[in-house]
Amino acid sequence: MAGPETPELARAAEAGGADLVEIGFPFSDPLADGPVIRRAAERALAAGMRTEACLENLRAIREVVAVPLVPMTYASLLEAYGWERFASDARAAGAASLIVADLPVDVHPELERVQLVAPTSTDERIALAAERTDGWLYLVTVAGTTGARDQLSPALAPLVTRARAVTDLPLYAGFGISTPEQAAAAAELADGVVVGSAALVAAEEGAAALERFVAQLRAALA
Amino acid sequence: MTASTYGAYGGRYVPETLIPALDELERGWEEARADASFRDELELLGERYVGRPSPLYETARFAPAGRRIVLKREDLNHTGAHKINNALGQILLASRLGKRRIVAETGAGQHGVATATVCARFGLECIVYMGAEDMRRQHPNVERMRLLGAEVRAVEFGTRTLKEATSEAIRDWIANVETTYYLIGSCVGPAPYPSIVRELQAVIGREARRQMLETYDRLPDAVVACVGGGSNAIGLFSAFLDDEDVRLVGVEAAGAASLGSGRPAVLHGARSSVLSDDDGQVLDAHSISAGLDYPGVGPEHAALRDSGRAEYVTATDEEALAAFHRLAETEGILPALEPAHALARALDLDAELILVGLSGRGDKDLAEVLEH
Repeated sequence: MAGPETPELARAAEAGGADLVEIGFPFSDPLADGPVIRRAAERALAAGMRTEACLENLRAIREVVAVPLVPMTYASLLEAYGWERFASDARAAGAASLIVADLPVDVHPELERVQLVAPTSTDERIALAAERTDGWLYLVTVAGTTGARDQLSPALAPLVTRARAVTDLPLYAGFGISTPEQAAAAAELADGVVVGSAALVAAEEGAAALERFVAQLRAALA
Repeated sequence: MTASTYGAYGGRYVPETLIPALDELERGWEEARADASFRDELELLGERYVGRPSPLYETARFAPAGRRIVLKREDLNHTGAHKINNALGQILLASRLGKRRIVAETGAGQHGVATATVCARFGLECIVYMGAEDMRRQHPNVERMRLLGAEVRAVEFGTRTLKEATSEAIRDWIANVETTYYLIGSCVGPAPYPSIVRELQAVIGREARRQMLETYDRLPDAVVACVGGGSNAIGLFSAFLDDEDVRLVGVEAAGAASLGSGRPAVLHGARSSVLSDDDGQVLDAHSISAGLDYPGVGPEHAALRDSGRAEYVTATDEEALAAFHRLAETEGILPALEPAHALARALDLDAELILVGLSGRGDKDLAEVLEH
């Protein structure tokens, strides 16, 4: 989540072995998020992290890390800021792409972004998302919101199979992956994993703790 | 066809997980409304279970001199508000879709009670999300829902009102989408919900228009209804949209005027006029009436505002309370605080014959009214 400590945290994630870092631009009503990310968004908003401040934060992060940075946010921010303006200003601030959690593939198709597909998606929608996605496809492993789960979702394997049938792009799995064991199991199926809530929890203990956590994930994927 | 957008408003701004469920809902709805047996069952239950048609009643002492105020008495429906019209229709739809678990949000508790009621009637599991602040100020409805067999889940974060309750209901639906039907309470949310709710509430307007012609041999000069999410207003307005001489007046709570002071933003799955800041962050609404205490509004209302076909004004907490007391003392009717906002504006509206949607009764509001 964007904030004053985020450049240091992003550097720690990169040092721990992250290949890409998502930066949350907080929204007041994040429907796709569970309690950890929702609370982080509430804190960020209370600290004044509005769109301009988030873009400024992104520039500061860009100066200290080399891996791709991808803002993750909600449609209302783009609606208010201007869709094209948001996309171009984010790129100018160092974003490699965007993730908009409440923007299905057929809404604002002109906005280049990483598309998400879910276990409930039809084959037609997976094909459309794969055709339009920006660089890689985000596989949502569960029907549900972000946050830790006890086990890796059994829905991931069939989703990978269906996505693989229509695209050669990298498939990264996220939602509900919180432990090195789950990351390893997910990575046997997909090309990579996205860890959000668990990384935020680790980051609450500071940059060193986040670096250790990411290093554990990295080691599990080796 | 079910409308998915109203001008530049509406649409589907939801996580991908929900899109197939919304497609299924839209197909199911199109099939249901084309099916005479669905319509017949809804009409029969409306008559025998809800008590439709609700009467049209002209106030004897409430209206100021020189004006006639006619109330569409949705407060006399089973469960005490217009919400049952929508809950009943959607529960029949949920049953057709084979869903056995129902989730809903509630603000004032009227939609929660209506949903718990129809779930009891049809033997379905019912979970109602309600803000902790609303549970405090609408406590009788919490007890009512529990007596009807529903589980009421308190939402303890954010504004602890309808906005957060709606978000939590949608999150539950995302997580349980295969088994669960989301029974939304107003003409908000992603398509096709706004048009489903509008059509199920349109019975209010159809009856009222017919009753006006039967009783007065003319249409009203103005139709007035309170607007939170806007379902009772859109239901009442819908029958008069083509009657160009009939003014349509929506009344928002002054501290929750999504149409009066909102701007385009995305909330709960749709683009509409929302109380929000320069950055698209949704602001807190404030109203004595839990049912109007919502920063968003149905997309069709935003389009009707822009086109000028309907006008939207506000009433303050104090004005609504004064109208509440006046109706109680002059007519022997305790209105809910939500339609008390419409009553307040009807009193000073420059029109001779005024139809007001009395969308619910005030029993649930006694504690709140006595406190003020």
